[in-house]
Amino acid sequence: MTVVDQPTSRSPAVPPRRLTMAKAMVEGIASEMERDPSVFYLGEDVGAYGGIFSSTTGLLERFGPERVRDTPISETAFMGLATGAAVEGLRPIVELMFADFFGVCMDQISNHMAKIHFESGGNVKVPVVVTSAVGGGYSDAAQHSQCLWGTFAHLPGMKVVIPSNPADAKGLMIAAIRDDNPVVYLFHKGAMGLPWMSKTHRALGEVPSEAYETPIGKAVVARSGRDVTVATVSLSVHHALDVADEVAADGIDVEVLDLRTLVPLDREAIVESVSRTGRLVVVDEDYHSYGMSGEVIATVVERDPSLLVAAPVRVAVPDVPIPYARALEQAVLPTPERIRAAIHAVTR
Amino acid sequence: MAFATSEEVLEAAVCVDLYRTMVRIRSFEERIRSEYHADKSPGFDIGAGRIPGEMHLAAGQEPVAAGVCAHLRPSDAVTATHRPHHVAIAHGVDMAKMAAEIFGREGGLGHGRGGHMHLFDPAVHFSCSGIIAEGLPPALGQAFAFRHRGGDDVAVAVTGEGAANQGAFHESLNLAALWRLPVVFVVEDNDWGISVARPASTAVASNADRAAGYAMPGERVENNDVEAVYRAAGRAVARARAGEGPSLLEVHTLRMWGHFEGDPQTYRGDLATVEDRDPIPHYRDRLLEAGILDEGSVEQIAADAAAEVERAVAFAVASPEPDPAAATSYVFA
Ligand SMILES: Cc1ncc(C[n+]2csc(CCOP(=O)(O)OP(=O)(O)O)c2C)c(N)n1
Repeated sequence: MTVVDQPTSRSPAVPPRRLTMAKAMVEGIASEMERDPSVFYLGEDVGAYGGIFSSTTGLLERFGPERVRDTPISETAFMGLATGAAVEGLRPIVELMFADFFGVCMDQISNHMAKIHFESGGNVKVPVVVTSAVGGGYSDAAQHSQCLWGTFAHLPGMKVVIPSNPADAKGLMIAAIRDDNPVVYLFHKGAMGLPWMSKTHRALGEVPSEAYETPIGKAVVARSGRDVTVATVSLSVHHALDVADEVAADGIDVEVLDLRTLVPLDREAIVESVSRTGRLVVVDEDYHSYGMSGEVIATVVERDPSLLVAAPVRVAVPDVPIPYARALEQAVLPTPERIRAAIHAVTR
Repeated sequence: MAFATSEEVLEAAVCVDLYRTMVRIRSFEERIRSEYHADKSPGFDIGAGRIPGEMHLAAGQEPVAAGVCAHLRPSDAVTATHRPHHVAIAHGVDMAKMAAEIFGREGGLGHGRGGHMHLFDPAVHFSCSGIIAEGLPPALGQAFAFRHRGGDDVAVAVTGEGAANQGAFHESLNLAALWRLPVVFVVEDNDWGISVARPASTAVASNADRAAGYAMPGERVENNDVEAVYRAAGRAVARARAGEGPSLLEVHTLRMWGHFEGDPQTYRGDLATVEDRDPIPHYRDRLLEAGILDEGSVEQIAADAAAEVERAVAFAVASPEPDPAAATSYVFA
């Protein structure tokens, strides 16, 4: 299987390539593996299977089993292995199949991978990328649907990037691999463009052929608007854009801010946007309390509470495990309906 | 290793029960499979249809569930995995409520909150988990509680062979042996951990060998042989009931279908022989030859199983969808 949809060409006559987020992510990995022999990928079912969510399709065929390695189901061992290999100069990418499985290996991630640089007084670098699938919406229930980016972001020492679209998936991957720190790279299953999962019509996007970095720590205005800022990440960016299009008909001009990175958080971009709109909705597919939504609001309030002309609104998972039954799951996810209601509430 | 030759012949009634349990399980799994796929076409969408989400079915692994659970009573505990239905049925989990849970209905074991990887039936001390190997530690606690309470109830923890490389597996074996807990560890070796073949994941040829490292007996049963499972599990359960501590039993079994429904299985080189290795027709023929079953009883067992599954599915689909207004209930007691 090839990872590039069509041959790379510099000719301006060639129409822009459109890839799924999965293919763009793989392309980012492949271009760095090509460039840097110290990059390798390990995890469960990342070889012949190509990643349960197509995060590694074609890499085994291209780079061989020495650099694309299936592991046993031993997350503590292979997370720690990635740390040790990184300490000795390799640049591992290590996949945790679902972010929900962090519990079985978080010590290696949080207490080791993420603390060694600090504990060594800056003498030891740990350039690991931890990739992991997040998100719900397809009834995979309480142990396979969480986002948990707030948990990774809460613990110091790891950067956290969350692409919402194919171009950022490639650019953030390249930036993450080149970064000298642990970077947690979270991809939403529903945004990958998988043929076996219902997907957003925005799952395909233009992706430049050449290698490029999307800067870590920089948010992007996905849609500019005057009336309200919707700050969010991941699949919720797509929902926010859809809702923005709809409420434009009601005369509400929504700005959608794709945070893209939670650590470091682009606080300037948040403040800048809210200083123009005066209204803030934070959409977060993670749990409501103690997480991203509170952090974004605090960022504004700490800077200048008078920037807000209305109380901010959060649309998040209401501190309940993700239920299995479809109707229950849809009731707790930040669906377009909930986002629309929040926008109306804050602009009323 | 072969155990069968030196063993006494099982009573006919035991054989029939083992066979019946296997047929009941297969009947359930086949029905769930067809319900699952019924409204996911054209174009498979994992989240669509009357049964959404991941679906891990256990066709081919019936001998393990039937052979082990035949020794258990409702007061014994069983913890299972992401592939739980066969073990649940063999241990006597309410089939109708389990079906309702799989359909995401209010009448399900967990009122539609849990789904097929998170089945809890306290009436028979049954639970399962979608996190690999994480069913073992709670089984230790159930065994601990049983001993504390007095009596000779035991806990059985079932995992796949992939799980035997997880830290929780090794910690649990040591702790169970150290405290002589009444636990039986059962490893279902179906050759595959999703797409990873056993030799690519596991350094030892038999997980039974690992038992020695934790000072407990270990046995491996070959050929997916339900009677051999029954005998080996009998020894392990008796040992636990007698207060002599835990045992480890590995069974070489067969995953007939994909890891989950929708798995393309392109990584799998052994697909051509799967049907020939189906344990149920093999056992049926053996019992027919031995005169323990006749064609009439084979048909009766199949018909009874189909009727039971029909009743379970009818109960499930008649049960209401959960009320979205109650989506945040049950977080706390
Ligand atoms: C801690 C953890 N890691 C990974 C997974 C993903 N996963 C689900 S099933 C599975 C394979 C399990 O193999 P095995 O234990 O042999 O059981 P089988 O599926 O063959 O029944 C994997 C890797 C998981 N659920 N939990």
